[in-house]
Amino acid sequence: MSEYQPILIKHAGQPGSSTLEYYLTHEGYRAARKAVLDMSKDEIIQVVKDSNLQGRGGAGFPAGVKWGFVPRDSKWPKYLICNADESEPGTFKDRLLITHNPHQMIEGMIIACKAIDCHLAFIYIRGEFIKEAALLETALEECSMSGLLGKGIFGSKYDLDILVHRGAGAYICGEEMGLIESLEGKRGWPRIKPPFPAIEGYLRCPTVVNNVETLSNLPHIINNGAEWFRNIGASPDSPGPKLYCLSGHVKKPGVYEAPMGTRLRKLIFGQAGGTPEGRRLKAVIPGGSSAPVLTADEIEDLKMDFPSVKAAGSMLGSAGIIVMDETTDMVQACYNLARFYAHESCGQCTPCREGTAWLTKILSRFTQGRGRREDIDLMLEISDNIGGLVDFSKVSFGKTICPFGEAVAWPMRSFLEKFRDEFEAYLPKEAAA
Amino acid sequence: MSFAFTGDRQKRFNALLKIYPDKLSVALPALHLAQEQEGYLSPETIEALAEMLDITPASLMDTVSFYTMFHTQPRGKYLLQVCHTLSCSLAGADKIVDHLSRKYRIKVGETTENGRFTLLKVECLGSCGTAPVIQINDDYYERVSPEKLNRILDKLP
Repeated sequence: MSEYQPILIKHAGQPGSSTLEYYLTHEGYRAARKAVLDMSKDEIIQVVKDSNLQGRGGAGFPAGVKWGFVPRDSKWPKYLICNADESEPGTFKDRLLITHNPHQMIEGMIIACKAIDCHLAFIYIRGEFIKEAALLETALEECSMSGLLGKGIFGSKYDLDILVHRGAGAYICGEEMGLIESLEGKRGWPRIKPPFPAIEGYLRCPTVVNNVETLSNLPHIINNGAEWFRNIGASPDSPGPKLYCLSGHVKKPGVYEAPMGTRLRKLIFGQAGGTPEGRRLKAVIPGGSSAPVLTADEIEDLKMDFPSVKAAGSMLGSAGIIVMDETTDMVQACYNLARFYAHESCGQCTPCREGTAWLTKILSRFTQGRGRREDIDLMLEISDNIGGLVDFSKVSFGKTICPFGEAVAWPMRSFLEKFRDEFEAYLPKEAAA
Repeated sequence: MSFAFTGDRQKRFNALLKIYPDKLSVALPALHLAQEQEGYLSPETIEALAEMLDITPASLMDTVSFYTMFHTQPRGKYLLQVCHTLSCSLAGADKIVDHLSRKYRIKVGETTENGRFTLLKVECLGSCGTAPVIQINDDYYERVSPEKLNRILDKLP
């Protein structure tokens, strides 16, 4: 197999890569022009469906299918929101895409807007990314000046405006319904689904929320076709280029682009240079902090695509890979994540609000050497009470309004079950007996 | 002390009201604008903004209190926000916090007596590949060490 050439971050690091001029000299806006002038909504949706592009924000839902849910004959305006609220611990790919190639994402947005007939779109970017928000403002300004946005784009009758909207520091605003509530000027409290945003989203109008990386793939799909896209990666069931974020105990942390289905060991020991000083690998979180942790043995042959990681008992999620070597104290790492979730729980649902606080308090006591033997099972029980699934015959229901509950329960449970001995080692002598 | 936008901010606020399809959606951008101007969001500021947005001050406070970036108390000229979530923690974020705490003799959440620095621990800043990370006002500083931080901080105007 020949060496893979990056597609999404091909221009990262090139001087001026964020400018419109640079982008236009590298076939920029060719796909958007084609989508706006030569393709119908149905044609665009069909190409994206055929490509099997799965959402890159974490859930992996097929983008074309999501667009297809938007009612055709709705009398309400339709909205597209680019989710740039990158806050999942371990994930830092969207910032790179925005910094080095904002126009690729904007072009993707134009294509998505045409597909769902949207004339006002938003980029919801996390509040801390002040520089990146300014950079996007500049990029949008360049587009408006060149007739790529505004009235009658590309000389057609199609009008489109895009606004940059800054969040203000809340992890939950990366969840699509929390994001929509926040965009409406309220606290980011997720709404219960259904109705899904495609039916009732921003201002109760049909709304599609797509991640930065998902949108950045679109120009390439329109330019090269669905089949080209499906042929990238290990399996057509989960294809395309993918940005993998490697952090933690690796020599060369960073964002690496590789085909979907690349082996996790290759990413860790190849691209990222392996663990420092040749230390033994202990555990890996493969898809952002909400993904269950995997032991070194479990990742032996693991391919990094949606179905493979799911089959291994975790999830690809946002592909935020956090590597932990033998020096990692798994109890402290678990405590760190529990604290994160307790801090970021929006407080709307009792199981999540109370449960995350209890877990953090118990783990705080644990790490101070004041754990009790029954605490480990108690924490497992609390985790189940926050995010265990209830199976009513065929349909599974969570216990919280949004998936945050599961995002707490899964990693907690995996830490407690797979590294139970480390938790037991923390017990004071009298409790351990 | 009543609040009013100064400079071109009133113009920017009016422009926002025109482009957003709904007045309340302007809440976050308006709060950012006001905080940029005043340094923090006082009860008077929130009251004035609520009036501009046609909602009650309590409703706006409901929004303000939800987000970590909105401050209802004055803070230092430089806001030192150290990320301490997992990847930064694995890279030694706690050492950074301890160092700053000793350097300025303040605890997390406190401001130096001369009003220059406020120290905060924050959750994931989304820059895990360059851990440990600190945000000082608008800027990210990546792969920091106590020595590197000293060089950055001692040069601040």
